[in-house]
Amino acid sequence: MVGLYGLGGALGVLAVAAILATLTRSALALVYPLCAGAALVLGAVDLHVLLSDGSLSASLPLGLPTSGLRLRLDPMSAFFGVVINGGVLTASLYGLSLDRQTELTRRVEPLFPIFAAAMNLVLIADDAYGFLFFWELMSLSSWALVAARHTDPESQRASHLYLVMAALGTVSLLFAFGGLAGPAGGYSFEAIRALPPGPAVAALVLAAALVGCGSKGGLVPLHAWLPLAHPAAPSHVSALMSGVMTKVAIYGFMRIAFDLLGPPAWWWALPPIVLGALTAVLGLLYAVLDRDLKRVLAYSTIENVGVIFVALGLALAFKANAFDAAAAVALTAALLHVLNHSWFKSLLFLGAGAVLHATGRRDLDGLGGLIRTMPRTAVLFLVGALSISALPPLNGFVSEWLLFQAVLAGPTLPQASLHFAAPAIGAMLALAAALAAACFVRVYGTAFLGRPRSIDAARAHDVGAAQQVAMGVLALLCILGGLLGGPLAAALGHLVKAIAGGALASGGGPTPLSLVAFGAGRSVYDAPVIALFVAIASVTTLVIVHRVSERRTRRGPAWDCGFPDPSPTTQYTASSFAQPLRRVYGTVVFSARETVIMPPPGDRAPARFSVALVDHAWRIFYAAPARAVLGLAQRLNVLQFLTIRRYLVLMFAALVILLSIAAVTT
Amino acid sequence: MTAEVAVQFLAQGAQMALVLLIAPLAVGVTRRVKARLMRRQGAPLLQGYRDLAKLLRKESVLAESASWLFRTAPYLIFALTWVAAALVPSFASGLMFNWAADVVALVALLGAARALLALAGMDVGTSFGGIGSSREMMIATLAEPAMMLIVLTLAIAAGTTRLAGVADFFIAEPLAVRVSLALSLVALVIVALAENARIPVDNPMTHLELTMVHEAMVLEYSGRHLALIEAASMLKLTLYLSLLICLFAPFGMAPAAAGPGSWAVGLGAWTAKLLLGAALLGVWEVSIAKMRVFRLPDFLGVAFVFAFIAILLAYLSLGAAA
Repeated sequence: MVGLYGLGGALGVLAVAAILATLTRSALALVYPLCAGAALVLGAVDLHVLLSDGSLSASLPLGLPTSGLRLRLDPMSAFFGVVINGGVLTASLYGLSLDRQTELTRRVEPLFPIFAAAMNLVLIADDAYGFLFFWELMSLSSWALVAARHTDPESQRASHLYLVMAALGTVSLLFAFGGLAGPAGGYSFEAIRALPPGPAVAALVLAAALVGCGSKGGLVPLHAWLPLAHPAAPSHVSALMSGVMTKVAIYGFMRIAFDLLGPPAWWWALPPIVLGALTAVLGLLYAVLDRDLKRVLAYSTIENVGVIFVALGLALAFKANAFDAAAAVALTAALLHVLNHSWFKSLLFLGAGAVLHATGRRDLDGLGGLIRTMPRTAVLFLVGALSISALPPLNGFVSEWLLFQAVLAGPTLPQASLHFAAPAIGAMLALAAALAAACFVRVYGTAFLGRPRSIDAARAHDVGAAQQVAMGVLALLCILGGLLGGPLAAALGHLVKAIAGGALASGGGPTPLSLVAFGAGRSVYDAPVIALFVAIASVTTLVIVHRVSERRTRRGPAWDCGFPDPSPTTQYTASSFAQPLRRVYGTVVFSARETVIMPPPGDRAPARFSVALVDHAWRIFYAAPARAVLGLAQRLNVLQFLTIRRYLVLMFAALVILLSIAAVTT
Repeated sequence: MTAEVAVQFLAQGAQMALVLLIAPLAVGVTRRVKARLMRRQGAPLLQGYRDLAKLLRKESVLAESASWLFRTAPYLIFALTWVAAALVPSFASGLMFNWAADVVALVALLGAARALLALAGMDVGTSFGGIGSSREMMIATLAEPAMMLIVLTLAIAAGTTRLAGVADFFIAEPLAVRVSLALSLVALVIVALAENARIPVDNPMTHLELTMVHEAMVLEYSGRHLALIEAASMLKLTLYLSLLICLFAPFGMAPAAAGPGSWAVGLGAWTAKLLLGAALLGVWEVSIAKMRVFRLPDFLGVAFVFAFIAILLAYLSLGAAA
């Protein structure tokens, strides 16, 4: 009961914050403290429900006239609630020290609490009507946040595309719930669970759910809006959209595929696995070629959503074959990746916001050397960059390791298509992991290392205390999450057991904190032991090297093979770093073509180099349908300019056709 | 019980010291074999140790634009590689570390060392550092998928991703040398060549700038920092040789429950095999030319295709067994 009051009260506080921000300007300062408090309460309730394996439910006389609005917080919603409110809390912390006097923040602040509340409400909705209503509220409030900079043409384009894609997503979810409810029309989740649809309808529902949730999460080919929309919002909102809102999409898919749709058939696993693996690789190929800091982060969100979908697909496959232990490994990998991605992606977006605030730029080729001008942000961003590259002993690797273990169990599946898919998926995930490392070495190397490439970067300064605390909390979580992967996985045990039917093995490792996938004999990863030994080894080395070696250090000009050039433009830029990758992968995936125009000897004209990339996903899935719709509209336009005789003929023909149809059918 | 734990701890410590001590010798053997095949006298076998000692005695010159990351990275890179090298079973398969991380974690530890080195290459802000980092990361994206497939094949064959478990499996069933494992061996050798920046992927002896990958990244290092980086790459070579031995020629290795007696046998066998492997690397390096950077996708593509065929064959044998 206390939990329910907590939920209601916190959501009420968010509503009050939104109203206050609209009414008076003096109350703007209260918005972020109120949001942080509400997120703390909501997160605490979620955490309690998750750990105690309980549930809270309520029914309100709102919504559809016959059934009212049902709300329920079960462990699955509670887990995603913890993820979301963690993100909201740190984003609000970050917002505390933002400049409140600009026109932009006045447009953002009333919407921020609404967005936060909408995401929480989607999770606790217990009927289709509430789910869709809050989903749409979430879409629209985030759309308004994307459009906050409405005079900027890039924001206009982003928000327009986002609105179209959000509408597409909601419409297909509408179909999904229509299919789930069936002709009898029970729209409460309880009624849907009682009567799961047959295989044909289930296939349609699954496809609709993939389109609906995939478009919100950025599954290829529904991703095109995401790298435009997420960076267009203010940075702490970008952190929420990328780090957290994509998780609501994952929640939607999980709720439908693992809960409402009944026991899975094995072939349900194929679409999420295939699309997810494609998304993971493509997302990073886009990211590694892009030069805008925030857009790179948004593309990498697409990749991580792909990875989560692969893990969910594997969990479905194992569950359908009653391989409970393997299903538990895959599902734990998915859930931990949801949690980990929300932490490091929020951290990286907040870091990008700090860079944007300090330098006014987000183009990688204009930054550089920030490790000296913004030392604290640089350390925190490094933690995020290494975590997202799935490097041990940080948190990204924990979920990656579990996912690889699940892939390694793939060959045991009886279906030929699945067990031949397993090595391909494993290779694609390994490629994605290596590309992620390349991508974030590139981002960190050009933005934070080297010499400043612009006066803005040279004059940067660290951001305010609240922003540093927000990033610091997330960086700490990334480190702790990496070390305590075993206990975290154990904390999700109830939820995983309830959904997958099995549980992760535990015990048998060298310490109680080990992460054990199938049993200690088969695969163990003990981050604390590894981290401890790396720490011991580096400290010992440091001590010994300083004892025995020459300790003097001299500063001099860079060596650079004897020809150092003082101009910072001679450094490798983000584009030059990506050149080998562009040649290897870009020529295949984006039909990249490089043209060099070299003037003949004696001619003093400058040589020119240009690169042309073709985004085939955009060409096929966006440009072509848009052209078709426009073309059709133009054809139909003819109908507006007919003579009256022709209109009369048309009406007569329509009447004849209708009458003949009536005659045939009766 | 505590005595047993102490012995285990000591054995693990001995393994860490062992890989560190033998790594410069292995590199010395490779260089010596190369030199003799080119009809040169070559440096003494112990030159690796002397190089490290010399570098440690020299003062370190840091570029003016180098940050703290440039100075910290060598220690972390060395420690990560060292721990990774100690994870690969050498003379015995039942050591403590074998329970702390499997081969997936091992690859990731090396990945962490590589990412730090690439970052350090970008830190000073010179064009050579950048060229090295960017090519190194590109090569990694080509090598890692093949590596993953090799791991998958071994996991199918041995039913575990723990290196010690795989070694135990092959010790118990020495006749399990199937075609798929032979293909995996070829693939792993190619991956190892790429990861260690050996010919034909990169030339460790070159100082011709445009062909450098690894050497370009570490160009700005000197003194003790360079010594650590060099030691780390020696360790990495030992690690990959050890890995090949452990997976494909584990005979002589002391099994999980064995005591110090069979450890001595294992130690002798491992040292002999390691030095033989280093000599073979020397022979390979003089018999092939370095490739252009953009030929590498083809070369590593061969590793990928071999690893993929190995998996398919492993499925077939799995199907035949079931």
